[in-house]
Amino acid sequence: MLNIGGKTFKSRLLLGTGKFPDIQTQKAAVEISESEILTFAVRRMNIHETKEPHFLEELNLDKMSLLPNTAGAKTAEEAVRIARLARASGLCDMIKVEIIGCDKTLLPDPVETLKATEALVKEGFIVLPYTSDDVVQAKRLEEAGAHAVMPGGSPIGTGLGIVNPLNLRYIIEQANVPIIVDSGIGSPADAALAMELGSDAVLLNTAVSEAKDPVKMAEAMKLAVQAGRLGYEAGRMPKRNTASASSPVKGLSV
Amino acid sequence: MNLRINGENVHIPETITTVTMLVEHFKLKSPFVIVEHNHQIIERDLHAATRIADGDVIELVQFVGGG
Repeated sequence: MLNIGGKTFKSRLLLGTGKFPDIQTQKAAVEISESEILTFAVRRMNIHETKEPHFLEELNLDKMSLLPNTAGAKTAEEAVRIARLARASGLCDMIKVEIIGCDKTLLPDPVETLKATEALVKEGFIVLPYTSDDVVQAKRLEEAGAHAVMPGGSPIGTGLGIVNPLNLRYIIEQANVPIIVDSGIGSPADAALAMELGSDAVLLNTAVSEAKDPVKMAEAMKLAVQAGRLGYEAGRMPKRNTASASSPVKGLSV
Repeated sequence: MNLRINGENVHIPETITTVTMLVEHFKLKSPFVIVEHNHQIIERDLHAATRIADGDVIELVQFVGGG
């Protein structure tokens, strides 16, 4: 079971809700993924056009935990404001701290992320900061009280997978809170690798929403996360540079 | 009265006096509306008791798809 800030979850796949072609596809993808945590952004309402259906209406909110993000924030102060707005919905007390520090790479600002994490932990939020795959920053965030730490596999929306598995392994080995690989996952193989390395969960969005068949990909990701976790728990064989026969070398009849 | 809503100047009838009435006026899906009134976030159970006046600055936000 995945345990974040006292809440437990069966699923180790967190799903983002951005960029889906339509609400029905999104709903079907969410259902088949069996995700229990969905991310959202907080944005102004269009007060002149309110007839559009809202995705939240389609969800069984009793079964789901909502993880709003602070996307759009450039400073800790802005992130804290967005987090407070999200909590005022009365729908959630978790927050994904996402403070972009570089518009080109969309990599997070470590200083502002740490400040926001400290402030939001003090305010009683369950805080999940998005961070680069920086081993020391992950430690700092944990010390600041983060309930889970979410290092990126590669930049947001690239689908490049896990570009530095060594860093990720270091982060996982040293962590005392769940590590959730967030951003950069492009394929089921990437998600399985994240889990095999020992991540507690994976958060992905574009890999599903931009797939040719988002619903099928959501199912593939669910299975990949399960397979990767099982493989991690099973403990893989060591890698070696010399061949070692699988069949007995004695008793050959030639 | 005139309000500043989501960065836009909006005129609404004088009969609207509370946040709840404002939300209903725009036919917003109230379970999902988050309100900030003059830079102060208003908890859901205080929407009905929060009075609005000419010149107020209001933000109406919601959850949208995001990663």
